[in-house]
Amino acid sequence: MNYQIDHIRELESESIFIMREVAAQFENPVLMFSGGKDSILMVYLAYKAFYPAKIPFSLLHVDTGHNFPETLKYRDELVAKFGAKLVIGSVQDAIDKGMVTEEKGFNASRNGLQTTALLEALEKGKYDAALGGARRDEEKARAKERFFSHRDEFGQWDPKNQRPELWNLFNGRKHMGEHFRVFPISNWTELDVWQYLALEDIPLPSLYFAHEREVFKRDGTLLADCEYIQKRPDEEVFTQMVRCRTIGDMTCTGVWESNATTVEDIIQEIATTRMTERGGRTDDKRSETSMEDRKKLGYF
Amino acid sequence: MNTELLRFTTAGSVDDGKSTLIGRLLYDSKSIYQDQYEQIERVSAKRGEEGVNLALLTDGLKSEREQGITIDVAYRYFSTPKRKFIIADTPGHIQYTRNMVTGASTANVALVLIDARHGVVEQTKRHAIIASLLQIPHLLVCINKMDLVDYSQAKYDKIQDDFEQFAAKLDVKDVSFIPISALNGDNVVNRSEKMDWYEGSTLMYYLENVHIASDHNFIDTRLPIQTVIRPYSDEFHDYRGYAGRIAGGSFKVGDKVVALPSGFSSEVTRIVGASGDQELAYPPQSVTLLLKDDIDISRGDMIVRENNQPEVGQDIDLMICWFDDKKPLMPRGKYALKHTTQDVRCIIKEVRYKLDINTLSRDQEDKEIKMNDIGRIQIRTTKPLFTDAYRTNRVTGSVIIIDEGTNNTVAAGMVI
Repeated sequence: MNYQIDHIRELESESIFIMREVAAQFENPVLMFSGGKDSILMVYLAYKAFYPAKIPFSLLHVDTGHNFPETLKYRDELVAKFGAKLVIGSVQDAIDKGMVTEEKGFNASRNGLQTTALLEALEKGKYDAALGGARRDEEKARAKERFFSHRDEFGQWDPKNQRPELWNLFNGRKHMGEHFRVFPISNWTELDVWQYLALEDIPLPSLYFAHEREVFKRDGTLLADCEYIQKRPDEEVFTQMVRCRTIGDMTCTGVWESNATTVEDIIQEIATTRMTERGGRTDDKRSETSMEDRKKLGYF
Repeated sequence: MNTELLRFTTAGSVDDGKSTLIGRLLYDSKSIYQDQYEQIERVSAKRGEEGVNLALLTDGLKSEREQGITIDVAYRYFSTPKRKFIIADTPGHIQYTRNMVTGASTANVALVLIDARHGVVEQTKRHAIIASLLQIPHLLVCINKMDLVDYSQAKYDKIQDDFEQFAAKLDVKDVSFIPISALNGDNVVNRSEKMDWYEGSTLMYYLENVHIASDHNFIDTRLPIQTVIRPYSDEFHDYRGYAGRIAGGSFKVGDKVVALPSGFSSEVTRIVGASGDQELAYPPQSVTLLLKDDIDISRGDMIVRENNQPEVGQDIDLMICWFDDKKPLMPRGKYALKHTTQDVRCIIKEVRYKLDINTLSRDQEDKEIKMNDIGRIQIRTTKPLFTDAYRTNRVTGSVIIIDEGTNNTVAAGMVI
């Protein structure tokens, strides 16, 4: 008898186990949905974990107001398909209420402002656990993240004081007002995610596949030309076959020159590429520890 | 794409070449990306270091990079066409025993590094003891820095002998030795041309081929229930599924099973897995079982076979590793405890002895168990637990102990 499962199925099983622990250990969990492939994967895994019952979490989208239109269309179709509940946390609202101030200048982005809108949405919904699609291979601060990551009443992460996590025993105990971030796909790599999306034939937003787009170059990264980014006089717009490797908001998501039009092409491209997927994220390039600094404050 | 997942743990201090070794594995398997490499190149130059410091790849947090040490467990990923690897990279100093224990808890292989110039030292023994306590199925001893001892076979043989003598006292099943130079890449991915006296495999060959398919327990059938799935929809009106991850043995459709603690028997009618219905389920699959009879089962219960049941009891002997830096273990103290999917409370009835992690001797005089100490204790739980000895099943034989005031995980425990 062959009692062996391959690594993709083992990762799938681990993620399902963690989602079920979240449903059992918390009263009001929510799934943070960005519209990117990792959060799409999370929704499909949640569906499998509780099938044939409905996904027992609402989906929370923190909307910067600077989304690719393709992201919103895909999000609404996905929500309808699974009969899930969608909650929106709005950065525009936070700006209008004067909770945060919009950045100005050429590299202005609402990325950092998301943290305030996220924490506000978590508090308002009285969520005690927020599931996220962060992976440990993405970034060096995330490599030390736990599956169950404890946050104090201010939503802050204390990387030096994390709970040890052993075997498959996850300690979700907390005091009033505290919450947890839970990362069920911690152990997946970018390639694992794509292999799984291919294996399961999961439809994806068109942005991930090569398409013609008006772009311009800044600091070695291609950015999509849009009304939300102020261009410098010398930045010229040109048309190029590109695709997104990650999807964030339009102001900070770099696009890649690519001819990959199918999932198989993308797997091939990733297997041979020499740049990390966040290499195109201008939000990570602000300093050596910009992810760690943002995470401590409560970023995804 | 039929590749297995292998988890291994490394432990070591700043100077024994651990970071260099991991850097080399990542680099030679092409798992370091150009922008990552450029970033550490920039940082190395900024700090005035010669060359590119590969250790920067594994130090994630700001304070770690400032101090040049690893504080926490960091997880690294690389893959080859044969396997996907997860490295739990942990610091080696005694004050970080708890991190080593954490990294060891899920590992298939423990990679112990020895500096060929220094041979078996206290830290080597500590790593081996932890690997044995945590029952890591395979122990791989890499004798590093062979370039600094002229690739000498005599040195290598002596270290192997010393280690084997010491390991005879331990409970380790499978030990292998490889002479390497992480810096120059000898026997890491490519065979060394300077050590033709060594006929064994390279480190990468070992990692790709060590037999891990039997690392799970496939004999003692156990399913701890995480949650009960009830759709309450018209389509699935009477659906009642018991969801969990198989912790041991195997379930087949038609199997006679017993639910604990109720003792009611029934029969498996369906197994719903991640890809739909399946005939057979085994570790580490997450599944949902449907039973013939409508019996009362909820989270924390366990589905097992009639003729193969775990120990059911409230008085339990544990080996523990203590994690709390503020408070030592309180004899007669009350704590929360997690075992599989059960949450109970427990009282510490007795501390039997404290184990000296460097010599394996048992201290029955000084029984105060502080941070990073390992000891044997007896507890009594508020409700019966369904346990197996940790030696036979790492899932049903492990617990964590939680301080009810701070909610912190303060100890890891292994059922004797």
